[in-house]
Amino acid sequence: MNIHEYQAKQLFKKYGITIPQGKIAETPEQALEAAREIDSENWIIKAQVHAGGRGKGGGVKIASSIEEVKTIAENMLGMRLVTHQTGPNGKLVQKIYIEEVAPIKKEYYLGLVLDRTAEMPVMIASTEGGMEIEKVAAEFPDKIIKVRIDPMIGFRNFYSAELANGLGLDKVQSRDFAKFTRALYTLYKEKDAGLIEINPLVLKDDNTFIALDAKINFDDNALFRHEDILEMRDLSEEEPTELEASNFNLNYIKLDGNVGCMVNGAGLAMSTMDIIKIKGGEPANFLDVGGDASAETVAKGFEIILRDKNVKAIFVNIFGGIVRCDRIANGILEASKETNIAVPVIVRLDGTNAEIAADILQKAHIPNIITATSLADGAQKAVNAARGV
Amino acid sequence: MGILVNRNSKVIVQGFTGKEATFHAEQCIEYGTNIVGGVTPGKGGQIHLDRPVFSTVKDAVEHTGADTSLILVPPSFAADAIMEAANGGIKVIVCISEGIPTQDVMYAKKFVAKKGAVLIGPNCPGIITAGEAKIGIMPGNIFKKGNVGVISKSGTLTYEAANQVVNAGLGITTAIGIGGDPIIGSTFIDLLKLFEEDPETHAVVMIGEIGGDLEIQAAHYIKNNMKKPVVAFIAGQTAPKGKRMGHAGAIIAGSKGTAQEKMSALEQAGVRVCKSPADVGQATKEVLS
Repeated sequence: MNIHEYQAKQLFKKYGITIPQGKIAETPEQALEAAREIDSENWIIKAQVHAGGRGKGGGVKIASSIEEVKTIAENMLGMRLVTHQTGPNGKLVQKIYIEEVAPIKKEYYLGLVLDRTAEMPVMIASTEGGMEIEKVAAEFPDKIIKVRIDPMIGFRNFYSAELANGLGLDKVQSRDFAKFTRALYTLYKEKDAGLIEINPLVLKDDNTFIALDAKINFDDNALFRHEDILEMRDLSEEEPTELEASNFNLNYIKLDGNVGCMVNGAGLAMSTMDIIKIKGGEPANFLDVGGDASAETVAKGFEIILRDKNVKAIFVNIFGGIVRCDRIANGILEASKETNIAVPVIVRLDGTNAEIAADILQKAHIPNIITATSLADGAQKAVNAARGV
Repeated sequence: MGILVNRNSKVIVQGFTGKEATFHAEQCIEYGTNIVGGVTPGKGGQIHLDRPVFSTVKDAVEHTGADTSLILVPPSFAADAIMEAANGGIKVIVCISEGIPTQDVMYAKKFVAKKGAVLIGPNCPGIITAGEAKIGIMPGNIFKKGNVGVISKSGTLTYEAANQVVNAGLGITTAIGIGGDPIIGSTFIDLLKLFEEDPETHAVVMIGEIGGDLEIQAAHYIKNNMKKPVVAFIAGQTAPKGKRMGHAGAIIAGSKGTAQEKMSALEQAGVRVCKSPADVGQATKEVLS
């Protein structure tokens, strides 16, 4: 789960990480009031959307007068911010964050993420603050300092010292820096974060640091024990169809092709997309109906797939294990009664109760249902049907 | 034979009396798995499915001599169940539960290793040695006995692969679902090693997917250590970057963990890589002929 910058900064503050003075606003009037309350000569105004690259898209502006704050707020609130992470439609800006502008002596990067290879968290620092860390890693790999933190001993001073040394910090700077590294680890551990980034982490003239930006995401599996984090969830930032699907235990991700897919199991669902592509088609979606698919969830799956007007055929690919194929077959029948399925539906049912399922479908005599005998056969038929052949 | 589990494995089920656990335990018993009892806290002394229920793993091991455990408990209790099993002396721990916090698995895995036990999963269908023991939730009838080992990150794709292998006229020694989480117990390498040593296994099918680098590590291992042929398929060639594809671990982070990257590493290691998931059975037949 992702949260907004202003929420991440509130958490930072709680953990003792220095942040600029700032206030959130949903209207130009609130923005104005916020700027008046923040003791500064100029202000930075930042669009609060779940996407990186906001600056380039016009989602970060500096105002040098109160009037300018209002003008910028008026323009920014309600705009659709397009960045390299939002897709072409961009994201609606509903909230902006107004902050004092902090004087910058030098910019750094500091982050913490799970290192899947080492199976422990890794803290990453770089002197190239403000740049995307992936880019730094690709262009200046020697400017990235990493320390893997053994969770069995927890965060120790030497980890911070190694990072500070790599960044070339002096004694005074290192001492303040250590507050940040320790806080980052504590936050990661206590709140089950998946990733925390301060980019840039700014060194001020007085040799102390301040977190100019903040990004945190959390392990979805651990949200059950963090009510405070769950409260920060902003549903308006999530893809509405994906959200709706998840309420029915369906895992749906929209793609750009025209062959709709309905599959049980994430791995088989990905493979189904892959084989559609290999057969010359393009998948319209990823859809995992899960291990406890019922007639109801299958019907909902059809409804969601068919909302995408690009879809010209649907490939139902089920390998029954816990999911019984006869249940899926009944789901298809139910869906065909409730929803007008105007496109060809290619059905491949294998595994538990596949014969019973075949019988159910055959007896129903639905004209646009085409049965398939294998994964390859089904994919080919689906691609052909989408082409109209 | 096969690896890790066989007809002599003495299996307990943690979460035994729960509804789902009961269903799957019945299926395992029907398959012929030697289920010797189960654990449900507070229900020690009861009888369930004609087998004794214990309140702790420690009690269960003491009374039944169990060496293997099947964990079917809710995710918030699962890491604890894994560590209790390891602490109680269980040697092969199979955790089906999906949705365990990553940090919990991180600690549990380290503890299991310290106790010298093997962890399969979490978030997996389990392990089956054909004709001997099914310790998991997979449909047992698909896995006909033969000489091919299967290691897979995905559940239903394991069934698909096994089914193709059987339809190609071959069969399975042991099939293991290793799970789709960011941190899992046994990895491809751990199991490739065991298959390499297993005299009944003549070839191995490995099914990977996008995210992480376990398949790349496996490629290095295969290149330097494996004599038996390996067939591989990597799911998610068409998956968009930055999107979690169902499994918690199936995500392309930046440009890392793509299917293409994994496929080419495996190809360079001499693995027969299938571009299409429908070619696994045929490819396995070819590497064995």
